[in-house]
Amino acid sequence: MNAPLPPFPPDIYGPEAILLQGLTGLNWRLEDYEARGGYQALKKILRENIPPEQVIAEVKKSALRGRGGAGFPTGLKWSFMPRAFPGQKYLVCNSDEGEPGTFKDRDLLRYNPHIVIEGMAIAAYAMGISVGYNYIHGEIWDVYERFEEAVAQAYEAGYLGKNIQGSAFSLELHAHHGWGAYICGEETALLESLEGKKGQPRFKPPFPASYGLYGKPTTINNPETFAAAPWIVMHGGEAFLNLGRPNNGGTKIFSVTGHVERPGNYEVRLGTPFAKLLEMAGGMRGGRKLKAVIPGGSSMPVLPAEVMMQTDMDYDSIAKAGSMLGSGAVIVMDETTCMVRALQRLSYFYFEESCGQCTPCREGTGWLYRMVHRIEHGQGRPEDLETLNSVADNIAGRTICALGDAAALPVKSFTKYFREEFQYHIDQKKCLV
Amino acid sequence: MNAPLMLSPESLARIDKAIAKYPSDQRQSAVMAALTVAQDEKGWLSTETMDFVAHYLGMPPIAVYEAAAFYGMYNLQPVGRNKITICTNLPCALSGAADAAEHLQKLLGIGFNETTADGGFTLKEGECFGACGDAPVCLHNDKKMLSFMTPDKLDVLIAELSK
Repeated sequence: MNAPLPPFPPDIYGPEAILLQGLTGLNWRLEDYEARGGYQALKKILRENIPPEQVIAEVKKSALRGRGGAGFPTGLKWSFMPRAFPGQKYLVCNSDEGEPGTFKDRDLLRYNPHIVIEGMAIAAYAMGISVGYNYIHGEIWDVYERFEEAVAQAYEAGYLGKNIQGSAFSLELHAHHGWGAYICGEETALLESLEGKKGQPRFKPPFPASYGLYGKPTTINNPETFAAAPWIVMHGGEAFLNLGRPNNGGTKIFSVTGHVERPGNYEVRLGTPFAKLLEMAGGMRGGRKLKAVIPGGSSMPVLPAEVMMQTDMDYDSIAKAGSMLGSGAVIVMDETTCMVRALQRLSYFYFEESCGQCTPCREGTGWLYRMVHRIEHGQGRPEDLETLNSVADNIAGRTICALGDAAALPVKSFTKYFREEFQYHIDQKKCLV
Repeated sequence: MNAPLMLSPESLARIDKAIAKYPSDQRQSAVMAALTVAQDEKGWLSTETMDFVAHYLGMPPIAVYEAAAFYGMYNLQPVGRNKITICTNLPCALSGAADAAEHLQKLLGIGFNETTADGGFTLKEGECFGACGDAPVCLHNDKKMLSFMTPDKLDVLIAELSK
């Protein structure tokens, strides 16, 4: 890991970092954040009485896109919230980070929690919301406790609570913890979970902006998305856009794992070549040869080395290459990796985490896992590759939420790009690598 | 209804703190926090404990059982004094988690979802903790994350916890 134990050098996340800039692992408290210029954006908005519409317009201009996985334009999402709604509206931060390969929100929340709080306050102001929740992955309990501590500090300093900084704007913010369900990273499952139910996704529409938490208009964003808001307010939407590329504004935190020398989080400008990111992570472990990369978390299609080495790390470039940027989790595999075994582990994950609500996913993820398992264990049948793809095709697009697609995409892409390896396992009953 | 107080005053205070985060007519939003607090105190969630939580939050007991069964870290059966969960998902597996998991099973002489005869350890296979950069990663009794758990560090951990 690039940043194993604090204190670490303040540029550990890379020279282009803005959200993770100057962090040593120890300077997470309110006074440290203020010393880095924190809460200036919120103060500016309240002092200058900037109209909420103008904040949303800047975010639109910035081309900030959702950092949780779907990459939806944030400003547009914020504009969906009904302005004149007479009842309570809610703001939710989705810190239920459990997409295999992703661990950026953990660093953001434990080493810079106030940037998320300030970002949420700006978002709440822009959408006229007075209550927010941060849903934090249950497995990172120490981060949940730290966030609660940071929230308490923010209340005390008048950045949360009633009449923030003497203005008419008020925001109550609370932390909520998960307890081991991947599906709660899906925004409507997360809302169900916040309501104290099983985390099973809802049909959309209605979308959360009209029917969200407790049936009220709700906006849900990833913590990294919120964290970008203060910078956008201070420097303007155009400056943020210019950090990245058209339609791909800003920097992005990539969690790099697998066969690299220094797994860890690296914050770079969108559009940075993959080769450069790989270099930041210390290159291939032991100098071995790159074989494949899953560029956006385990739910996204795998890409072969030669494609990846020509790809830049932004939403549109990765989509053009045939995968998705997703959550920014870059899983690197070298030539020693058995792709059948790798897919077997991923297929087990989706089988284990399917919420059981939709039949194609509940049953199909089990079929996929059992088939990949038997191929890996020398019991593959000649027709298995066709059947695997057929089952995957019959899950994708036929479920309430995207977990079905997430289970299908790895199967489709692994068997597409590394078909000979699967075929070899089936024919020879052993591994090619 | 006067159900016997099945949790300590400290636990109830923690649950009350969670309830206060939600609108007053949405007490069930605190069910995950309440079950976690109950598990902290009791070690696992018996039907009686869940019934108490249901009563305390004004929920139908079945709704509490549903939540407890849905979220993977609730113990619906007694576990050992030390519950060790190791993530074996792909990113961790590429950085030594598969070997670490095998080592842990040998060391404890049990497989996943098993408890040692002396009740000292329960071993679980985890899904992504969101800490892949620290692989191999374990959770100790759900709340303490242990990073970079290579076989030699696992030896030290198990020796210490066995004391």
